[in-house]
Amino acid sequence: MTAGTDTAVVRRDGPGLGEAETNARLARSWATPPGLWGWLSTVDHKQVGRRYVVTAFTFFVLAGLLALAMRMQLAGPERTLLSPDRYNQIFTMHGTTMMFLFAVPMMEAFAIYLVPLMVGTRAIAFPRLNAFSYWVYLAGGIMLWVAFILNVGPDVGWFSYVPLAGPQYSPGKRVDFWAQMVTFTEVAALAVAVEIIVTVFKQRAPGMSLNRIPLFVWGQLVTSFMVVFAMPAVMVSSSMLIMDRLIGTHFFNPAEGGDALLWQHLFWFFGHPEVYIIFLPATGFVSSILPTFARRPIFGYTALVLALFATGFLGFGLWVHHMFATGLPHLGNSFYTAASMAIAIPSGIQIFCWIATLWDGRPRFATPLLFVIGFIVVFVLGGLSGIMLASVPLDSQVHDTYFVVAHFHYVLIGGAVFPLFGAFYYWFPKFTGRMLSERVGAWNFGLFFVGFNLAFFPMHILGLIGMPRRVYSYPAGVGWDELNLLATAGAVILAAGVATFVGNVWHSLKHGVSAGDNPWGAGTLEWATSSPPPSYNFTHIPVVTGQEPLWTLPQGLPAQGLPVVGGLRVDQRELLLTTVVDADPDLREPSPEPSIWPLLSALAVTALFIGSIFTPWAVVWGAIPLAVGLIGWFWPKSPPDTPEPVID
Amino acid sequence: MEKAPHFVTDLAHLPTSAHGPRSATWWGTLGFILIEGTGFALAAAAYFYLMGQPETWPPGQAPPDWLWGTAQLILMLASLLPNLWTDRVAHQEDLRKVRVGLVVMSAVGLLTLVVRAFEFGALNCRWDDNAYGSIVWVLLGLHATHLVTDIGDTLVLTALMFTRHVEPRRYTDVTDNCVYWNFVVLAWVPLWGLLYVVPRLV
Ligand code: HEM
Ligand SMILES: [Cu+2]
Repeated sequence: MTAGTDTAVVRRDGPGLGEAETNARLARSWATPPGLWGWLSTVDHKQVGRRYVVTAFTFFVLAGLLALAMRMQLAGPERTLLSPDRYNQIFTMHGTTMMFLFAVPMMEAFAIYLVPLMVGTRAIAFPRLNAFSYWVYLAGGIMLWVAFILNVGPDVGWFSYVPLAGPQYSPGKRVDFWAQMVTFTEVAALAVAVEIIVTVFKQRAPGMSLNRIPLFVWGQLVTSFMVVFAMPAVMVSSSMLIMDRLIGTHFFNPAEGGDALLWQHLFWFFGHPEVYIIFLPATGFVSSILPTFARRPIFGYTALVLALFATGFLGFGLWVHHMFATGLPHLGNSFYTAASMAIAIPSGIQIFCWIATLWDGRPRFATPLLFVIGFIVVFVLGGLSGIMLASVPLDSQVHDTYFVVAHFHYVLIGGAVFPLFGAFYYWFPKFTGRMLSERVGAWNFGLFFVGFNLAFFPMHILGLIGMPRRVYSYPAGVGWDELNLLATAGAVILAAGVATFVGNVWHSLKHGVSAGDNPWGAGTLEWATSSPPPSYNFTHIPVVTGQEPLWTLPQGLPAQGLPVVGGLRVDQRELLLTTVVDADPDLREPSPEPSIWPLLSALAVTALFIGSIFTPWAVVWGAIPLAVGLIGWFWPKSPPDTPEPVID
Repeated sequence: MEKAPHFVTDLAHLPTSAHGPRSATWWGTLGFILIEGTGFALAAAAYFYLMGQPETWPPGQAPPDWLWGTAQLILMLASLLPNLWTDRVAHQEDLRKVRVGLVVMSAVGLLTLVVRAFEFGALNCRWDDNAYGSIVWVLLGLHATHLVTDIGDTLVLTALMFTRHVEPRRYTDVTDNCVYWNFVVLAWVPLWGLLYVVPRLV
């Protein structure tokens, strides 16, 4: 056999086709078209994931600027930088943007980029849905911020309690924009959740049985299920709210048999799990970073997986703790106090396993590990104040004070933003092919850690001595001045930390040290391909033999020595599907080509959602372009796929 | 020269499409069913929650008329027969029968929409009367949205089956569509109970 005649017929990967030829053909099949058109029609999960990261980070910075504005206003008593009305819009926009446009989408972003690489597949499941989700998310965020700039930003707090948010007390369009923004982001989140679930269930590389799934992937899987069960609640409730406001329904109107507490129940049925939807992926970051820098496999893998499940379940039981102040029946109260405290158990198990990993390893204190250690410290403190809040008597005392503000920032920033920055430093080389500067990274961490504690620790005390949240100003001489000034100073240092990070990224994108495939010597599959990975992720689908496949390789083999499978088409986009439990090879399925239709469908959805703020008929007329978009999206390409290539 | 990769198996013999849990789309459909099922469950919970508020339920109105809702129930349950049959012939990849099944299912679907329009007319309340009217309209509307999307999907699939786009994967699209219709029908049973039976019991 001569190679020249062979390659003309063999269109699968395997020993018959040289590596260079395989890569060339895969690159042709999986390429995103060049230019603007390609940019708009791409379905590559890495490009979409990167967009999600950049967009969510932009919203983080915007919401952070709003936080700075609030801190400037509160730096001293009776300052007049912001009017009360502006202040209301600003804290609402800050909370809403941080929760809906930054935290959840950022976690999804990492899932979109990393899960397919970590499970060893060529693409995410339903890549067009993925592209669609991004455009919908982007449109929702832009809509909210344009409304804010036009002075119709929401002003009733990030959870929009009725009756304040109802038609009577909030006329105008402000709350409607809030409610539709929720719909946009939840559509996107639900789509991503389904993609992740199917990618993890069906597209794992052969041999990646349940007990070999990386903890990051487990975390994202449990999170996706939480999204599936929690997000419909906020879609139902925000739809009811907008209907009460626009077409005269009475869900929350007590005069006509409605009930304001219905809003709170539905909202917190989503809102409490939301905290874990942000937190569980962050634990995945921690469980990825720790073994790499402790240079040993994670301690207590099974316990950590079970802790994820336990947190997921308990997260739903807990929505009622937000209702303490509403006077639930007494049995209910003690039950939920117990449940709130019970959630400390899986968190405690996780913390224990992480510390044990570090203890027993040979830690290398690079920036990602610094942020993980910062996380552990801050999160334990946040957990303590959380246990305090879980007791009903204390909750009734500090309810709606700065104690609560301090607590949830310790949980959210400690539990999610610290690990997130660790994740940036850890995976930046994979995303871009270059390392971030370690020296600047240490500064980044130092400023962030000090600034954070300086900003938020004093707020605990402020709350205990009676400063309520959501006030735009306070009188002089009540003893709040110094602590507030301290908090503002901390916020400025924190902002300097974030600026340092942006500068580091800016510089390293051009001048960073070249990363290579696996700069940290990590064990999971995303490091078994080049940095950044090619459009098709892997030349051949790897076979997984352990929890850290790159560490369990037969003696001395480099990453290229991973055992692989052959037989997938290289002339077309094709995925390997495996069985759910054991990941045995089962099916070869095609994967969709780039398409402009997801974008067009997203535009149709945008017109429908925004239009419906102004007239209910938008739902009817908007359905027509949407239907056209969806049909274009799902209509098979013509001519149909070429038949199976000849098997040589 | 690069180092040759270490091939352990050749998967060229694997099939390229399969029905049910072997395929990715089936799981995707199941995911959306879970999401929408949660939406229904929460809306139903809201119904019960609101039921606890006024003295009487429905508050000073007649419950929805039996006729159309129950006709819908019977029609939908009956539609399971052609639906399951379509599912079976799609498994057999019998193009002629699949075409018949899809045409029947499209017609049945459109019929359920007509009945749904009459149901809205026989609710004996408006959405802006009171909270009871609001939740009744939302529940019926939510289910109607599912009818519309599933029927849209069925119509497009039917069209595809009469063009040159017929290939093995189209048959798995058909079976996934059948799964979704089963869900839409099964969701209607408790909703029917909620809208038509519960107001008469309390
Ligand atoms: C980056 C530094 C941050 C600073 C300096 C900051 C500052 C503040 C301040 C001062 C408030 C209180 C407003 C008031 O009650 O008057 C607040 C509220 C809030 N923050 Fe932050 N924050 C930061 C980051 C975050 C992050 C990362 C999240 C979420 C992931 C977040 C979520 C919230 C939420 C949900 C509220 C409540 C808004 C409301 O009352 O409706 N914040 N923040
Ligand atoms: Cu909570």
